[in-house]
Amino acid sequence: MRWLQDPILDVQHLTMRFGGLVAINDLSFQAGRGDITALIGPNGAGKTTVFNCITGFYKPTEGMIALRKPDGSHMLLERLPGFSINWKAKVARTFQNIRLFSGMTVLENLLVAQHNSLMIASGFTFLGVLGIGGYRKAESDAIERAKYWLDKIRLTDRADDPAGDLPYGAQRRLEIARAMCTDPLLLCLDEPAAGLNPRESHELNALLLSIRKDHATSILLIEHDMSVVMEISDHVVVLDYGTKISDGSPSEIRSDPRVIAAYLGVADEEVEQVASEIGA
Amino acid sequence: MTAPSTTTTTAPATTSADTVVPVRFDFAAALKDSLKSAAIAFGLSIPILAFKTDQSGGDIFLTPRWGLVAIFVSIIFGVRLLQHAFMATKAYRLATPDPHQATEAVHAEPNAFQKVSRFGIPFFLGIAIGFPFLIYLIQGGMNESRYWVDLGILILTYVMLGWGLNIVVGLAGLLDLGYVAFYAVGAYSYALLSTTFGLSFWICLPVAGILAAFWGIILGFPVLRLRGDYLAIVTLAFGEIVRLVLINWVDLTNGGAGISSIPRATFFGLPFTAGEGGFADFFGIEYHGMQRMIFLYYLILALALLTNFVTMRLRKLPVGRAWEALREDEIACRSLGINTTNTKLTAFAIGAMFGGFAGSFFAVRQGFVSPESFNFLESAIILAIVVLGGMGSQIGVAIGAVVLVGGPEVLRNLGFLTAIFGAGFDPNEYRLLLFGAGMVAMMVWRPRGLISERQPSVFLKERKAISSAHVKEGHG
Ligand SMILES: Nc1ncnc2c1ncn2[C@@H]1O[C@H](COP(=O)(O)OP(=O)(O)O)[C@@H](O)[C@H]1O
Ligand SMILES: [Mg+2]
Repeated sequence: MRWLQDPILDVQHLTMRFGGLVAINDLSFQAGRGDITALIGPNGAGKTTVFNCITGFYKPTEGMIALRKPDGSHMLLERLPGFSINWKAKVARTFQNIRLFSGMTVLENLLVAQHNSLMIASGFTFLGVLGIGGYRKAESDAIERAKYWLDKIRLTDRADDPAGDLPYGAQRRLEIARAMCTDPLLLCLDEPAAGLNPRESHELNALLLSIRKDHATSILLIEHDMSVVMEISDHVVVLDYGTKISDGSPSEIRSDPRVIAAYLGVADEEVEQVASEIGA
Repeated sequence: MTAPSTTTTTAPATTSADTVVPVRFDFAAALKDSLKSAAIAFGLSIPILAFKTDQSGGDIFLTPRWGLVAIFVSIIFGVRLLQHAFMATKAYRLATPDPHQATEAVHAEPNAFQKVSRFGIPFFLGIAIGFPFLIYLIQGGMNESRYWVDLGILILTYVMLGWGLNIVVGLAGLLDLGYVAFYAVGAYSYALLSTTFGLSFWICLPVAGILAAFWGIILGFPVLRLRGDYLAIVTLAFGEIVRLVLINWVDLTNGGAGISSIPRATFFGLPFTAGEGGFADFFGIEYHGMQRMIFLYYLILALALLTNFVTMRLRKLPVGRAWEALREDEIACRSLGINTTNTKLTAFAIGAMFGGFAGSFFAVRQGFVSPESFNFLESAIILAIVVLGGMGSQIGVAIGAVVLVGGPEVLRNLGFLTAIFGAGFDPNEYRLLLFGAGMVAMMVWRPRGLISERQPSVFLKERKAISSAHVKEGHG
């Protein structure tokens, strides 16, 4: 249980209600530093809602979400205003339905992601307008960083095209690169492989593994495609109807009868029976 | 990582030249369709036109009017046929958005009419700088050119206001219907500071801008939580509130009577007067009333160019990119750590500041301000300039201002038309009709404004204009 020793994200008793609907019910889990943690579950299980709570789009009804910095200090994400979760706590995310700045070029998308550091370099615009200070240098650094990511997602050729003009798979990769340009400690990906063909999906796995290897970024991943989950994740958390039903390594999850039941849609009493049928 | 790259990354944007299929004028089809229209018109006119009821004593007679019906039906036939002929012309196809633009983003190259030629900007700038001389040469005298220079000043004031509002509406995507409030704040700032404390225009100008920006922040703070229609309505209300305060706070603003005898512009301290110590005296030239006008012309030209310069500069700074990103997707901005409220406020404040500059210019030009100059119609005209010109496009806004402010003036000079239409004909009366027709034409052919393409703020290899099919208008 590596993730218990040095968690980057510690979610405790998270509950989110929308009126009478309990979207997340007393969810606790940890995501290990340097791990790829997968959050899986059937449609409507509450996975996106967990992301929205972590990244400040929803204020949780109850519970605590702590981000542990490498120096051991904590930040309580549910108390931060939405926009500072990215800048102060260094949590970046992508969206289930892609949200690129479609009328801006691919390069501009990656520069907008570096807004806060560039803003400081431009003296909060005052120096930048007058053309004094180190903005020029900061901007060329930002472009260099963008180039690095463009190279990594193989979109250098299309840097000057509008993001809305890219094919779907490229838009998914660009959204990941844009999130990575904010230099996050934790990257939350909401169904990054949805709509990708097998080859693109394979490339995505390689991209995620290289992010984990080359950057100090841990990944929290929502995914439906079990082959992706099993191949790249170190730790899997399974949600069903807002409740955690399983938590462990991919091989443990694969043989957990409750997970199988949740995915096959079997009533609780039959779980034992299903388990014996598949020989687990 | 490199081998399979070619297939996914090549989605070549087809140029519009490839996608425009040459359409032949199919006369038979056009004739058939026109006959169909004529038949419908005939059917409709039977109950409406064909019989007239005449009363004679207690009896009612039906008077048949088949001649009239025939005239109407043939008019409709003819017009429909002409329409078909027109739609088959090359000019029409060039001016019509490619059907792909609405559906397939990949083919959405801006067409010929959406592109500004490379020479467009130097050309317009040259005209603007040489305008007083050109008019002097054309009209053949100082006094004769007074009207035209005055019109030039008016147009440039609206160009500047349009550029200021463009920051808020075009770049940040915030629909502001109360922009005139900041114009008023600027005008009254100069009027009050100069009449009460005797401060000069050059001191009041930055102060007016700062005050307007300050009011932009004060009004913006509660308002910017709202989005879309709500934002539009509340900004409209704020614009009206400012006007009503100006009317009712009589102690400060002298109410509806306005503030008069505001000090006129001076040439850095030299007044434009005939006597000793005036501008003409100082430079040893002959005094002429037009000298002040020409100075005002270059003053507003300089202010407008300043607005343009700062806006172009801001677009390349992180704040400008954040405005445009905000227009594209506010939620994505928030996930990237952009403080959306502050970013919107800066757009509001900077737009307001330029409105304030323009306002103090207005006061120094008129020498008189009253609340009636700052009504909703003014906001509507400025917004129409921005939307018509093309949201976000600087040159588009300038063209929009020339068309919307200069256009109605052209009507005044069409006196020769009385020779054709008779003595009672006044082209001015058709102003709103033409305005409406122009709006409808725009909605059909240029729904995204005259210049709808977007120029990227930065590029790696090649600066490519972005078609309006991708660019969003913002929702708030
Ligand atoms: N803003 C909201 N208001 C009301 N209900 C919501 C809201 N967001 C999510 N839900 C509900 O919460 C449940 C979980 O949704 P979601 O987190 O999107 O599931 P998924 O696991 O498929 O991502 C669903 O029943 C959804 O309808
Ligand atoms: Mg979801």
